[in-house]
Amino acid sequence: MSAPIISIKGVGKRFILGDGTEHDTLRDHLTAGVRRLFGGTKKNAVEEYWALRDVSFDVNEGEVVGIIGHNGAGKSTLLKILSQISEPTEGEIRVRGRIASLLEVGTGFHPELSGRENIYLNGAILGMARAEIRSKFDDIVAFAEVEKFLDTPVKRYSSGMYVRLAFAVAAHLEPEILVVDEVLAVGDAAFQTKCLAKMGEVARTGGRTILFVSHNLQALRALCPRAVLLKKGRVVEVGDTSNVLNTYLAADNGIQTVHRWPEGELPGNQEIRLRSVRVFDEHGNNSGIFSTSIRLSVEIEFECHEMLPTLTLGFDLKTTEGETIFRSYQTDQAPADHPPLRIGRQTWRCDIPAGLLNFGTYLVCPRVNRQNHYLIYEGSAAVRFDCVLDHGVSPFWHKLKSRSDRAGLISPILGWVEKPTSTDV
Amino acid sequence: MINTKSERILRPTRGLVSVNLSELWRFRELLGLLAWRDVLVRYKQTYLGVAWAVLQPVLTMVVFSVLFGRLAKFESWGAPYAILTLSALLPWQFFANALTESSNSLVASARIISKVYFPRLIIPVSAVLSGTLDAVIATGILLVLIPVYGVAFRLHLLLLPLFFLAAFLPAIAAGVWFSALNVKYRDVRYVVPFLTRIGMYVTPVGFLWQTLVPKDWWLIYNMNPLVGAIDGFRWCVLGDQFMPWWPGFWASMGTTLVVFILGLMYFRQVEKTFADVV
Repeated sequence: MSAPIISIKGVGKRFILGDGTEHDTLRDHLTAGVRRLFGGTKKNAVEEYWALRDVSFDVNEGEVVGIIGHNGAGKSTLLKILSQISEPTEGEIRVRGRIASLLEVGTGFHPELSGRENIYLNGAILGMARAEIRSKFDDIVAFAEVEKFLDTPVKRYSSGMYVRLAFAVAAHLEPEILVVDEVLAVGDAAFQTKCLAKMGEVARTGGRTILFVSHNLQALRALCPRAVLLKKGRVVEVGDTSNVLNTYLAADNGIQTVHRWPEGELPGNQEIRLRSVRVFDEHGNNSGIFSTSIRLSVEIEFECHEMLPTLTLGFDLKTTEGETIFRSYQTDQAPADHPPLRIGRQTWRCDIPAGLLNFGTYLVCPRVNRQNHYLIYEGSAAVRFDCVLDHGVSPFWHKLKSRSDRAGLISPILGWVEKPTSTDV
Repeated sequence: MINTKSERILRPTRGLVSVNLSELWRFRELLGLLAWRDVLVRYKQTYLGVAWAVLQPVLTMVVFSVLFGRLAKFESWGAPYAILTLSALLPWQFFANALTESSNSLVASARIISKVYFPRLIIPVSAVLSGTLDAVIATGILLVLIPVYGVAFRLHLLLLPLFFLAAFLPAIAAGVWFSALNVKYRDVRYVVPFLTRIGMYVTPVGFLWQTLVPKDWWLIYNMNPLVGAIDGFRWCVLGDQFMPWWPGFWASMGTTLVVFILGLMYFRQVEKTFADVV
């Protein structure tokens, strides 16, 4: 067992807020000094902020490790320390090998320079020797598909060409350790797919060690066998990506299974106001991670001040991308089955059957209408939950591990039968 | 396999930080490329292009000759005033331009600094380096004008590169210092143009300081690092009558050395916070 290629021990990074940042000109420093001289005890509360604290983990050679966490969890700070851009306040990191960081494509591109000139400049900034760039020059140009514009200043490039060229240079780096942060957030969907494919290729064939930060959970699942979960600057979990992702999703992917509007801010009008929305499963579990083998319920609590014969109350079930998967109203059923409306506070429940949803995060967005009249309330996501596809009824379902294993926003179990052949007509 | 020798330890630095020369050497190509970029960019989309490198010193020379030589009738020890001025303008303009470029260089490279690591020292140094081309062009003009004004070519001219170094080093020293200060105190943006404007008149660009400065003040006056460089240039071009006053010359070099060391120390001290502050 060889020593880890990266060994992080007790790393912390402190930023000083307040005092430090206010003194941006010399004058501020001088006046602060003078005030200290005369004013004596001028209390300027220096606020400390630890972007990272006590972070320790190892990365072995050839590993592809994902780094997960919310904005502000310290992912980018960690990558910056790893790539030597910023210095840790405490702790130490041992790195054995050349690190190249892809914290942003196109770093150091100069708009006035031509594509050719920028390839050399950008390559050098990223740490490539000139001979190395020269030997890969044709590959880079081919990958970027900019042959015809090599001698045009990049300021005249379309944004697509610009990004392609920038990524092409970066993709031809060959360091022992590659640090990647959200580069995939650039370009259109097709280009992102191309970048992902390239990343996958690098990860599989290169035997290269990669640290990968992304909000794209699919990409993380696909590329990284191991992951590190950061929360508020600390390591919460290190291990198998799917486990870490579960912790992440359960702990705080904005998962919220109960939403109560504060008194005085109840949405609606003088006729009807919503009070709360919640989601839970058949067993009363409201963790926000639900198995699709169990029926889910959405409950909407509201108060009614007038009898509204044309009231339709319901919700949209949406994806995190904002796409509506379906909409449901209490009036969808036969009139005899409508829940009765009373004046005052009451709660209606809607059941989402087991064996319907897919892997993924779902949002419940409540809405209230007066049929054929007007919209009373159209809410954004009130509650948000995660589903793990596990319909159970067939052993086949157990083989599916992630969203990418089963296409579709939902995955209903539909009936399949053999067409009767004996009764020829 | 990965060589264990390449192990690096990233940890908080404390106390005085030395300059990592071997690392700088590894990044020499980047140094060259950045300087080359600055040169390319400087004259792109300008109508006159590199001609600006010719026009600036020549026009300043004309103005100074008329102002100081003709109108103020300053002493020139028999030398043509144009050559007297131009040979001083060369190191001065190189210094002033280099200082302006380099003091702004780190802030201008903020995006790179916060995204990629390489020795930060490369940035202000490459900015100074990129001014060398202008200086070479200006030297060409000087060499053309020397016979035009009936001045003889002297062997001393071979010493020019040495005295160019005497202007190059203070430019690096001050550039490194100011660039680092500029990251935290944007006041530098106002200080530098002011310094270069005042400096042009305090420094003996348009006159012979020996004829104007009282003897008691000579040593102090020579602590301006550019005085040494200018004296050296005049000596090379105009001959032994203009030989530098050596105590003064060494005073100039002394200032350069002190600024150089202090500047480097300050730079290394704050280098680690650039990415967080800029």
